[in-house]
Amino acid sequence: MWEAIAGGMNGLIGGFTNLHWSNPIMIGVGCLLLYLGIKKGFEPLLLVPIGFGAILVNIPLAGLMEEGGFLKVIYDMGIMTELFPLLIFVGIGAMTDFGPLLENPKIFLLGAAGQFGIFLTLALALALGFTKLEAVSIGIIGACDGPTAIYVTSKYAPHLLGAVSVAAYSYMSLVPVFQPPIMKWFTTKEERMINMGVVKSSVSKTTKILFPLVVTVIGGLIAPMGLPLLGTIMLGNFMKESGAVSRLTKASENEIANIVTLLLGISIGATMDGRVFLKSQTLIILALGFLAICLDTACGVLFGKLMKVMTGGKINPLIGAAGISAYPMSARVVQREGQKYNPKNYLLMHAMGANTGGQVGSVMAAAVMLAVLKGIGII
Amino acid sequence: MDNWTFAITMIVVGMGGTLLTLWIMSLLMGLLKQCFPYKKEG
Repeated sequence: MWEAIAGGMNGLIGGFTNLHWSNPIMIGVGCLLLYLGIKKGFEPLLLVPIGFGAILVNIPLAGLMEEGGFLKVIYDMGIMTELFPLLIFVGIGAMTDFGPLLENPKIFLLGAAGQFGIFLTLALALALGFTKLEAVSIGIIGACDGPTAIYVTSKYAPHLLGAVSVAAYSYMSLVPVFQPPIMKWFTTKEERMINMGVVKSSVSKTTKILFPLVVTVIGGLIAPMGLPLLGTIMLGNFMKESGAVSRLTKASENEIANIVTLLLGISIGATMDGRVFLKSQTLIILALGFLAICLDTACGVLFGKLMKVMTGGKINPLIGAAGISAYPMSARVVQREGQKYNPKNYLLMHAMGANTGGQVGSVMAAAVMLAVLKGIGII
Repeated sequence: MDNWTFAITMIVVGMGGTLLTLWIMSLLMGLLKQCFPYKKEG
């Protein structure tokens, strides 16, 4: 009888005795993510489920990420199949208004310039000893686009998924902190004061409806490997602009996006098991990801300066910083910085154009990257 | 393929391809705007 009681008692303390030194640290990291999401308001929709998932997976013996565990089931169902990021993209497409971009299509190029950091960081990751596919997954943090980063990483370097997705989402939320100094370093006061005037409404409904179709077909033909990403974001936008399926549009931007965000967040958190996550490699990935997004901002602003010269001073280079995918945060930062130097400046809609260009640009960069990888026989 | 060749290929073809694709798309958007000009309602 005493043996049975001792065995039972042993079962109750098993969680404590099996605690690895890394588990309490990761539970602390999970709590930090919850704090950032709840108290600081940094991407709470993602950081809250990610933080909670990180806490869950670091409690020993629960087996949540073992075969049959509920987190493993969600992870296999949505991340390994790449379904969650794609469903999120349908919602993003349904929420995005590409009108400001269509008003001034030249601004699309800023969305491309904002992706330079991806490729420069990829080269740096290779130099630091990461494998080719790991370097691709690390570079893609520079897309500043969570679903794209998750899509590429889950496909080609799933063991880095936790670090890459945490970096992608947390840096996205830190855009208002790190972008203003970079914008200031690369521009003069005169450039920051350039007034781009008011955006006039000059895009017909037909153009708005045809835009997602044209982007899907042309983008898909150029980079077929990225069609799932491009096709889903454009499907969402096509439904929104067509106006014919408002129930589907609303479901995509509300119910579907909300449910998938919850499941995606908790699955990402579930990859943050301390034994796997707490490695020097993770810190290097976080540092490289930060560098990637800073390089994106710098290259976007520099491209903005080039466009300023080419247009005879009509473009305010600050809007180049919005050529990343952090929508609409980055555009708001540009608006705030522009008004600091010229209170009459109203850059928001121009920056929104660059920002939506950055959304398409990040997806396109990932698609082109996959097409090149396929072309050279890496995948 | 060695890392150096891979990195240069990705920077040149990857970034170049992204810029080229978005440039083509911006031209197509300009074309769409010309084909279907905005008309004020009413």
